Order: sequence, then structure tokens, then C-alpha cells
Amino acid sequence: MKNKNLVSITDFSKKEYLRILELAAEFEAHPRQDILKGFVISTLFFEPSTRTRLSFETAINALGGRVIGFSDSGATSASKGETLHDTIKMVSNYADLIVMRHPLEGSARLASEVSSVPIVNAGDGANQHPTQTLLDMYSILKTQGTLENLKIFMVGDLKYGRTVHSLLQAMSEFNTTFHFISPDELKMPSSYKLYLDKKGLTYHESSDLTEFLNEADIIYMTRVQQERFTDPIEYERVKNAYILHNNMLEGCKETMKVLHPLPRVNEIHTDVDGSPHAYYFDQARNGVFVRMAIISSILGKR
Amino acid sequence: MKDKQLSVSAIKEGTVIDHVPASVLFKVVSILNLAHLDNMITIGNSLESKKLGKKGIIKLSNVFFEDKDINKIALVAPCAKLNIIREYEVVEKRVVEIPDEIVGIAKCVNPKCITNNEVVTTRFDVVSKSEVKLKCHYCEKITDQDNIEII
Repeated sequence: MKNKNLVSITDFSKKEYLRILELAAEFEAHPRQDILKGFVISTLFFEPSTRTRLSFETAINALGGRVIGFSDSGATSASKGETLHDTIKMVSNYADLIVMRHPLEGSARLASEVSSVPIVNAGDGANQHPTQTLLDMYSILKTQGTLENLKIFMVGDLKYGRTVHSLLQAMSEFNTTFHFISPDELKMPSSYKLYLDKKGLTYHESSDLTEFLNEADIIYMTRVQQERFTDPIEYERVKNAYILHNNMLEGCKETMKVLHPLPRVNEIHTDVDGSPHAYYFDQARNGVFVRMAIISSILGKR
Repeated sequence: MKDKQLSVSAIKEGTVIDHVPASVLFKVVSILNLAHLDNMITIGNSLESKKLGKKGIIKLSNVFFEDKDINKIALVAPCAKLNIIREYEVVEKRVVEIPDEIVGIAKCVNPKCITNNEVVTTRFDVVSKSEVKLKCHYCEKITDQDNIEII
């Protein structure tokens, strides 16, 4: 994986996913190592983010690397009209690796073609966020002991949610059965269903969150956002139908875990937080180990 | 009574683009930038066609296309046929074929795509040819047949 870009989750193979997850477990066991000493890593956040940026910077610092970058493009020459092309050209002269988030879709792919150093995409608009996907997979592996043959329920905004799309692509390598639960306006796009058809995988679609939850190994929650609806009355009608409450989890498998990419607004009621099924905060912690694994393997240090 | 039929004569050397759906004929004209050619060009449109209902045809004297131009036509007129003419005879028939990759011809449908916001040559993987679907190499969104805009 040395010098490879991670722009899209499909840039990595099944073997590479497993290698990253294995390394992440190693870093979880030994989170303080000096293997990135002497490396300068640039974190370019053209769009604000708390969790992702801090998680990357924690991972880099814990491994002894140095971070340069910005967390808001307002204070950079992008605000003077510098193109992404030029910013990346310049920064790739300074750093050994660039982690970037940008509001425009495809920006990370363009950067990877312009840059002389590897690019790790930390989110390009609504398109891809592959390190999130890998940390989701790590969370699934850790809690289920395997990635193979699981039943994953995806709930909420399945139309625009980039995390569910990437997770679907990656988990389709592991004979997953998917359940898509969403309001009609926010159904899983047909292109992704076609993707599963081509792989011969089974999926079920429903608009009822209470159905079949007892079969789930993973419930992956996402937020139903008002601005996604063309009809505000439709939003009012469905907004409470996709909120997970603790009493809905009765009868679920003991090992079932609820995941959420965060930030949560109200789609998981706080009464779930104390449940043994709640895993979303641990999931965020896993992000640091997964990012350690990604950066150190791309820099050829692991 | 005199026969006043105006005959469009056959060309001696050149290319005939046939089986262009009537609705896209002028798109083909603009894609190929024919307005800027000095060569003799005959354009017919809305001619009866058993296959297409109404078709268009373009005859170009002394014009022979490169593959990359033919690819451009394929995006809007995938069933177009080219007849290469030498000495009034059809010496070669070519079907236009949509390539697996389209570079710098079409525009991505996604307004938030980097290619619509910075100077970047567009690039698409052709994920479906029967009903054309282009997947943007950058933003990964699909541009389908009805939304294809030629640059």
C-alpha cells in the first residue's frame, strides 16, 4: 500500500481492507509508537470538521509525526482565489502525505493526480469518505468477530448519505445481507442496488424501522435531514418514524450493535446510550487506530 | 410539367453520416464543428426512415474523420453510421462506437463536481452503452443520456 492514494473506498481491495483492520488492532493494543518520527503530514480542511480532523491529528501525533495545515480555508490563499490545483501543487512540496477535506465532489481525485505525495481523502462533498468506512468496518469486525455473512440494517437517509454508500460498497465483499430502511423520498439509489445485484447479494427494502430488527447484526443509523425533502409536509409526516428508541431493541440479538457516523441530532434517542447495544461513541474512538493504520501503511512504515 | 426535383448528388470523395436521429442532427453538426468547415456539406433532416422514424443525414466532401471525432458523435447518436466514399463508391462502412472512456467531450451533470468549478478536463467511464450512462472519474456521479451536455 506504500504511496497509494486513498480517495475512494474502492481504491483498496478486500485484502487491503483486511490488512488495514489488522494493523488498526495492533495500534489499538500499542497506541504510542514513534514510527512517523521525521514525517510531516499536511491536513488541509477546506471545510470545517471536528471529529475527522482531530482524529487524524491525534493519530499522527501519537505516532510521532508532525502536522501542518489549516482547519478553515477562510484563512488561506483559497480565499484569494487560488485553485485547488495550485494549493495541492504547493503543499505537496512541503509534506510527505496530504489529508484533505473539501466541499467539492471529486476534489480529492483531482488532488491525487496533481500531487507528488499520496492523498488521503477525508471527505469530498457528498461523494466519498473512505477512512470513515474503514473505521465502520473495524467497529463491525471488533464487535462481531467477523465481517463475513452479516445482516446490516441501514436506516435513515440512504439517498444522500455517503457513509452508507461507501459502507455498502466495501461490505459487499463479505457476503453481507442488507436491509434498507428509509422514507420513500430517501431510498437507496438504484445504482447501488444494481451494484449488489451484480454481486449476487440479497437486500430488502422497507419504510418500517420496527420490522425484523431482531435479525440484525448491525443497525447503522443516519440522520433524516429536513433540507433533503422537497415537501415539508412529507418531512413532518416521517421525521419521527426513523428515531431509534431503547424499547425497540428488545428481542434483538445480544451481540447486535448500533452504529452512527456522528454527529447525532435526535435519530438515536439518548435512552439508547446506556444500552449494551450502543456502540457509536466507541466507533468514533476506533477512528484514531484506523487512521494510524492507514497513514503508516501508505508511508511505508508498516 | 417539368420535374422540379432538386437532387442531392452523390459525393465523389468524403464521408456520409447516416442514421442520425432527426432530433440530434444539429447537435452532431455542432459537435463536429461543421460550421467552420469550408468543404461542401449537404445536410438533410427529418427524412423518412424505417428504423428511426425520422432521420438526418450529413454528406461531407473531402472530409474524413478521426476516431476521436467519431466517438463524439456516438455520445448523442449511438446508432449513426459512416460511409466512407472514394470515387463515388462506398469503400468502407463504419459504425460509431462509444468508447469505454470519454475524455474532454461531455460535461458532468453534478454542479458540485470539481470539474464544474475548476479548469479540469472531464473524464468518464462508460458504465452502460445501450442507454448511455457516464460515471464521472472525479465525483463518481452518473450522467445519463438525457443529461449529457457536450462541451
